[in-house]
Amino acid sequence: MTRNLLLGALLSMLVLLMALVSFVWTPYDHVAMNIPAKLQPPDAEHWLGTDHFGRDMFSMIMVGARTSIAVALVAVGIGMLLGVPLGLAAAARKGSWLDEVIMRGNDLVFAFPSLVIAILITAVLGAGAVNAIIAIGIFNIPVFARITRGAALSLWERDFILAARVAGKSGARISFEHILPNVMNLLIVQGTIQFSLGILAEAGLSYVGLGAQPPTPSWGRMLADAQTMVSIAPHLALVPGVAIVLTVLGLNLMGDGLRDYLDPRLRVSRA
Amino acid sequence: MKPISSLAFASAIALAASLGAAQAQGDLTVALQLEPPHLDPTSAAAGAIDSVVYSNIFEGLTRFMGDGSIVPGLAESWEISEDGLSYTFRLREGVTFHDGTAMDAEDVKFSLDRARAEDSVNAQKALFEAISEVEVVDPLTVKLTLSEANGLLLFNLAWGDAVIVAPESIADIKTNPVGTGAFKFVDWVQGDRIEIARNPDYWGTPAVLDTATFKFISDPTAAFAAVMAEDVDVFSAFPAPENLPQFEADPRFQVLVGSTEGETILATNNKQPPFDDIRVRQALAHAIDRQSIIDGAMFGLGIPIGTHFAPHHPAYVDLTGKSGYDPDKARALLAEAGLADGFETTLHLPPPSYARRGGEIVAAQLAEVGIKAEIINVEWAQWLESVFRGKNFGLTIVSHTEPMDIGIYARPDYYFQYDNKAFQDVMAELNRTTDEARRTELLQQAQTIIADDYVNGYLFELAFPTVAKVGVQGLWLNAPTQATDLTAVSWAQ
Repeated sequence: MTRNLLLGALLSMLVLLMALVSFVWTPYDHVAMNIPAKLQPPDAEHWLGTDHFGRDMFSMIMVGARTSIAVALVAVGIGMLLGVPLGLAAAARKGSWLDEVIMRGNDLVFAFPSLVIAILITAVLGAGAVNAIIAIGIFNIPVFARITRGAALSLWERDFILAARVAGKSGARISFEHILPNVMNLLIVQGTIQFSLGILAEAGLSYVGLGAQPPTPSWGRMLADAQTMVSIAPHLALVPGVAIVLTVLGLNLMGDGLRDYLDPRLRVSRA
Repeated sequence: MKPISSLAFASAIALAASLGAAQAQGDLTVALQLEPPHLDPTSAAAGAIDSVVYSNIFEGLTRFMGDGSIVPGLAESWEISEDGLSYTFRLREGVTFHDGTAMDAEDVKFSLDRARAEDSVNAQKALFEAISEVEVVDPLTVKLTLSEANGLLLFNLAWGDAVIVAPESIADIKTNPVGTGAFKFVDWVQGDRIEIARNPDYWGTPAVLDTATFKFISDPTAAFAAVMAEDVDVFSAFPAPENLPQFEADPRFQVLVGSTEGETILATNNKQPPFDDIRVRQALAHAIDRQSIIDGAMFGLGIPIGTHFAPHHPAYVDLTGKSGYDPDKARALLAEAGLADGFETTLHLPPPSYARRGGEIVAAQLAEVGIKAEIINVEWAQWLESVFRGKNFGLTIVSHTEPMDIGIYARPDYYFQYDNKAFQDVMAELNRTTDEARRTELLQQAQTIIADDYVNGYLFELAFPTVAKVGVQGLWLNAPTQATDLTAVSWAQ
């Protein structure tokens, strides 16, 4: 296990732990306003200070982690659930019309910058956490479809698949019983990376006001709210900013580390 | 030899500096938050139009001064008949439009007839309702006949919606406004700026500035950066109150905090259950802590109001006591109305920070008494469509910036849908009354009726913060109407 993987896993676990703990305990009620005590810098009472409404920043960061993780997790889940079967099907029917339709559909979604699609979707469906999930989920589908198809194609050439075909197994059964377990490593690594991108996308959507709506705390919106107050209370922007950076960094380190760890070829070269 | 050369050098610098200064002194860049959709103040409700053209480009028979008083504009004087049913305006001599055509009684008749016509798209047609006929007596005399006495006629004619336009230039007014003002329209680069220049043929005191540029900066962060970088000389209605203390502390800037005619209210859909129950509306009023909204959303800028009326107006009655912060009373009232467990509603918030930030605080305060208000952030276009026209909302926060607009409560089809015959009668009588004392009495009655009916949640009177470079003088401190009057603005010597 590399140092990067360890550091990444540690950071990610910390954020996850924070989000989980927030269900049962936060230092203060994250929506309770105390306007006379607004814009206080971090001190013993409020570890990360208070925001422009006098809410406790640490509590908001904890609950905000929940929002980020929930949105990113479900969005990546949607991408995997739909993208992986599409990729498997495309690989199983390589060169057929089905392959063409799936892959050209993928290209179509890929052609648009992901955040622009997300903005389009939330603009049409209305702003909110659920629609942010749908938006981020949709642009995750082609990522998983493509990576699954690519990996599956090379597997289809292998002898053990040939053996399964000779044994009379259907394409669908082979895909799920033999191909899927062998691309799982890849999917876990990609999933981790997509998860971090999902957190960034959620922050981006919330920043422009299309993500989770108040009073649900969201790191992106905390940043947006802090904009005009950077010069008078820098912690308002620093705290959610650092939270986003550390989380995304942690997930990326973990994704990289996992790839090194899980990829058999790299393992050989390391040995 | 040496001292002389350094002296010459110094004076050269001084000369260059004074040249540079002289150049800068004749020009002013004013930033506004909203860009007008077009430049015809007589055919749209957008206050952004008046912010650019009022008094600068277009003038009416009467006009607002910065202190809210009404003074003669294009009309030099007027006579009112005994019964208050006819007004004879004497126009100023030698007034010309920017295209060189003369401004005479025919133009006044054209403008007023156009504004009050059946098919007129004037946003404030009610201003002209009392006028039954506009007559040209001679080229410099106009007679207005009213169907009933109207105590507000001179005030109404001062609005940006009542400015005098010319039939010769009306076709292109939206892109090339031709008025009688101290400034001429020069250029409009859409999405960026509008330029105006001094009108050398102005009938009155000419403007001091040679040219002026309006720049449009909607983002509060960009607004802060633009002022700090001195890209603009003045920011009228600066959008981020939290930044004002920094400007105050900076010797390069002056901060003027005046008042507006903007009653900021928690507008309530009076026809939508449960808000059709007065106890629910009263509960809303007691659930809200105005001061914490002013402190939290506006960083202390704003005066609490208890009714739909500007506190600086002489007829204002302080009715904030009727709706003091009392969450227990709010809960009791809700229980009385059969809503002990609270209820759910929507809170539509347009973009300004008084609404977005104020809305978060209001939602939190309503949650305290069990009312779950779902925040829906909307852009202005959406707000006009779904809230103002569609009446599809529970609650919304908006600032009503028109002066003396308590009359909107007499319109049952207005978006908050308040329908009270007693109030409508008071307003009808007010419109007929010209006696000042009686008018005051009626205005106070009107204020009390809507406060007693808890029509809307009355939050605060919006402040009017202007940030300007030190040396800019002659700006309006208050905003009695939406305007950025530059006719008297100059740089200190």
